[in-house]
Amino acid sequence: MTIDGQRCKGCDLCVVACPTDVLLLQPKEVNDRGYHYAFAANPEACIGCAACATVCPDACIEVYRVVDRGE
Amino acid sequence: MTREEIIRPENKVYARPELLTDNVTHYCPGCSHGVVHKIIAELLAEMNVADKTIGIAPVGCAVFAYNYIDVDWIEAAHGRAPAVATAASRLNPDSLVFTYQGDGDLSAIGTAETIHACNRGENIAIIFINNAIYGMTGGQMAPTTLLGMKTATTPYGRTAELNGYPLAITNLLAQLDGTCYVTRQAVHTAAAVRKTKAAIKKAFQNSMAKKGTSVIEIVSTCNSGWKMTPAQSNDWMAEHMFEKYPLGDLKNE
Amino acid sequence: MEEEVRLMKGNEAIAHAAIRYGADGYFGYPITPQSEVLETLAELRPWETTGMVVLQAESEVAAINMVYGGASTGKAVMTSSSSPGVSLKQEGISYLAASELPALIVNVMRGGPGLGTIQPSQADYFQATKGGGHGDYHLIILSPATVQEMTDFVALGFDLAFKYRTPAMILADGIVGQMMEKVVLPPQRPRRTEEELRAQCPWAACGKGDRKNRNVVTSLEMDSTKMEQNNLRFQETYRLIEENEVRCQEYYTDDAEYLIVAFGTVARICLKAIEEAREKGIKVGLLRPITLWPFPKKNIGKLSKQVKGILTVELNAGQMVEDVQLAAECRVPVHHFGRMGGMIPNPTEILEALVTKLSIAQ
Repeated sequence: MTIDGQRCKGCDLCVVACPTDVLLLQPKEVNDRGYHYAFAANPEACIGCAACATVCPDACIEVYRVVDRGE
Repeated sequence: MTREEIIRPENKVYARPELLTDNVTHYCPGCSHGVVHKIIAELLAEMNVADKTIGIAPVGCAVFAYNYIDVDWIEAAHGRAPAVATAASRLNPDSLVFTYQGDGDLSAIGTAETIHACNRGENIAIIFINNAIYGMTGGQMAPTTLLGMKTATTPYGRTAELNGYPLAITNLLAQLDGTCYVTRQAVHTAAAVRKTKAAIKKAFQNSMAKKGTSVIEIVSTCNSGWKMTPAQSNDWMAEHMFEKYPLGDLKNE
Repeated sequence: MEEEVRLMKGNEAIAHAAIRYGADGYFGYPITPQSEVLETLAELRPWETTGMVVLQAESEVAAINMVYGGASTGKAVMTSSSSPGVSLKQEGISYLAASELPALIVNVMRGGPGLGTIQPSQADYFQATKGGGHGDYHLIILSPATVQEMTDFVALGFDLAFKYRTPAMILADGIVGQMMEKVVLPPQRPRRTEEELRAQCPWAACGKGDRKNRNVVTSLEMDSTKMEQNNLRFQETYRLIEENEVRCQEYYTDDAEYLIVAFGTVARICLKAIEEAREKGIKVGLLRPITLWPFPKKNIGKLSKQVKGILTVELNAGQMVEDVQLAAECRVPVHHFGRMGGMIPNPTEILEALVTKLSIAQ
């Protein structure tokens, strides 16, 4: 998944929504508008369910999932 | 598999809706408005109706909705959106007309306009954000504020003696012959967001099919007004708001 | 429909004229003495002929906001009411002006304040010409004296409203609303097509269609520098209107030594008084403002250099007199004679007031 860190307001809702604990808010670093933005702390655990993006009020998360097409 | 191999257009399963403008919203972090805006932007594109959509945003936090969703908008006076929508819809019968109203707007100052637009069965969709508070003006009591809830104008908690009872106006609207679809939803979880999207889609379809008025109440949070974190607000909403405002369809014809 | 000569009430004429103009919508609420506008439209069922939408709203507030909604989409829409109802509409009128929307509002005035009376009055002059609602704005105010003008001002009001993108108002008194006269109804004009509307109103929020950018109709601007620019733009529009759209009619002013200024049907009563005065050798002229805003300041200013005194006759406690005094710039005494509460002066009373208030030696 990708997160637009500049658009993120650090509301934490994606962190709560993620079933596999992929996301965290930056503990110290802030974006240009002063928010502790979300980032993928544990990207390997992502299952591409898009729950984070679905609940994001600022539409700053996009999700990619590789579908095994059996090739 | 590398990150570059995953992040490719063909693998994208959730994208920022194209109808959302690049403007960063003025909403507080975690505000439900952003989620509902996103749903509307997705639906208007998916239903291929953006070019004939007229959105109506009256006074309230969402008065600036026109900055965020790339369709034609009319900003309305406080409470008057259903009247504005009535004319916009009747004079432009091929358009999709929807209002986006808060609880102060719809259930206080605009009660008459709301009830009568619904009663006439105007072919419009009313999206009603119920966060039990006046957000824009700084967190004052709304008709939907729960008993005991502290707001800027009920600093010791709302009491029935002083302020009357919380108003479940959507139940009232479901009684009217002009409404075809009345439902209460929320956007606090991914599953709830998907249900709300289905509900708004149905409302838009009803409007285009001229079936009458659809009302989608979205029980929402106002974490700034409630003085909680966004996550706490969602929990508090599920625990307290849903008791007075239970989710589900009230009318589906 | 071809041109047609009919006998009808002023209120009925408004309804006929609206249909024949090709208006897109009417939104109203019953109130005496103007209910015949909505009743006549309901009787004529224009939705079956021209496609004009006619709707009885739940309140005057809703009706004016329906006008706001229709006008926002570029449609030619109107409402009508009478004084207490027009007070309720002021919020919407301010929004229309601030959003630079064309619309037509008809006020068939009755006596106030409060619920007042259903009898005729001109006591809403201040409300109409000085703004009425909040903020710095003006409406174009047309004052009809005949049923024919009730008819003609519908088209004129709409045309001016669209030309300047600002609401126009027909400020009629209850007399011209209720009285019957011969009227020539104009031939039917077709309603604008969707293409014509989009060409005429590129600002309309009627759905993006093929347009690249979204249209937003709003009166809100949080940036003070931009909001001041908006206000300056409104004022520039008002300046253009004042420059180009002043309308008034003068009678017997060539040799006048005294001047009566009166608007609406009162001007017709004054004309009778003037004829009686002239029989007695008093040279009086009449100026009838047709546009109350923009006000015929220059015409009155010019006449104030010619006459010895000016009397305004109004169905109120003295409202237009203030504008006449400003226009006369203290050159001559300006007095007011008025009746209130639905009372209408007769020519003899007016003549007496003229002689007494302007100290005319006989």
